[in-house]
Amino acid sequence: MALRTLAVCAIVCFAAGLSVASFASFREFLPGLLQGALVTIEITIGGCVLAVLVAVPAALAKMYGPRPVRWLAVGYIEIFRGTSALVQLFWLFFVLPHFGILLEPLTVAILALGLNVGAYGAEVVRGAVSAVPRGQWEATVALNMPRTLALRRIILPQALVAMIPPWGNLFIELLKATALVSLITITDLAFKAQQMNQITFKTLQIFTIVLVFYLAISTVITAGMRALENWAARGLARGRQ
Amino acid sequence: MKFWDWGYTLEILPALLRASIVTIEATILGFVIAATLGLALAILRMSQNRWVSVPTAAFVEFIRSTPILIQIFFIFFVFPEFGIVLPAFAAGVLAIGVHYATYCSEVYRAGLENIPKGQWEASTALNLSPYVTFRDVIIPQAIPPVVPALGNYFVALFKETPLLSAIAVLELMQTAKILGSENFRYIEPITLVGVFFLIMSLAAAWLIRRLESLLDRSLRNPGR
Repeated sequence: MALRTLAVCAIVCFAAGLSVASFASFREFLPGLLQGALVTIEITIGGCVLAVLVAVPAALAKMYGPRPVRWLAVGYIEIFRGTSALVQLFWLFFVLPHFGILLEPLTVAILALGLNVGAYGAEVVRGAVSAVPRGQWEATVALNMPRTLALRRIILPQALVAMIPPWGNLFIELLKATALVSLITITDLAFKAQQMNQITFKTLQIFTIVLVFYLAISTVITAGMRALENWAARGLARGRQ
Repeated sequence: MKFWDWGYTLEILPALLRASIVTIEATILGFVIAATLGLALAILRMSQNRWVSVPTAAFVEFIRSTPILIQIFFIFFVFPEFGIVLPAFAAGVLAIGVHYATYCSEVYRAGLENIPKGQWEASTALNLSPYVTFRDVIIPQAIPPVVPALGNYFVALFKETPLLSAIAVLELMQTAKILGSENFRYIEPITLVGVFFLIMSLAAAWLIRRLESLLDRSLRNPGR
């Protein structure tokens, strides 16, 4: 852990040094990159929220749904895990208009990334739910709890703790996948990097700063998820006393 | 307008199949880089010398936390400033290979760390050099258990290859986009690309499961 912190510090120091070394040229492109970073953050947050909202019902449908619903969930998960995120993005962007569905690029981006990560997330949720000991289910049956209540009050809260670290990884995957949206004309960080590169030709500085930006955002996600993990584990520990 | 045009589908199919060969080439070359560089990174990261292990760890964490698309751009646009001019295909394969090498290095590390300490001690007792210890004792035990995890990254790497279209490599996605813009019909080419990836990933996933059970059996009955 200390190693990672050390690594991040080293890279931030390197970037700071670089920025001091060529401060004047930074004013040309830094505002543009910051605008792009805001769009990236916006898509990341939207995508993460959608992914969670999709993953939980998809996982529960795959595990407990009646047969047609289960097939639907399996189909969704396999299709979105089996094809490339970029292909999905292009499919939604180029093919949906043929069906008369015109969406803004930003909506397409959030939809594609959210559904893509949601399919991976569904498997994470399924893994976490099935890792809850069988005895917990048997106890709820013994207490005559309805299944939905048992799921909501007993099973999911315990599964939640186990699924937070893999969700952290998925959120970072989603952040990194947002760079793809630059290819469907969204002015995110990656798009701005290319644009600023064409204007200023400061290729090395721009792309290095952009990499550091992404690193910074992913470090924030890691720290946030670790805090969430501690909080959830504490809650579970208190419940067990 | 017709919803799905079979004539057009058949017309573009040969071009897409030709392009899929580039996709498969990029996948295999990329994975060769990922698998070999990954092992090197894993061993360097486990080094006793902090001047080796810390920079390696920093490199791995940095590559893992930043988007692969930017890394492709970095290699394609920034390297020429240092005098390293790579053709688009080579730059793309290198970027994908290095990105997945960092993932693979974590997989290898898990395998290497699972080797009991006694194996190292026995090698020291037998006066084997570190190189021979790695080559003949540690690696043969560390690799087989992690093959399924490496297989997963093989599939993941395969699904990243459409990114090469961003630097105009004529692989499957780029060909589909060009066909779509020539004929003003995107439904067929992009759907076909999606179907191609789905079939290949499902087939690869099935192969990995087979390999996993095969390895499982040979690990349980060593010597057979």
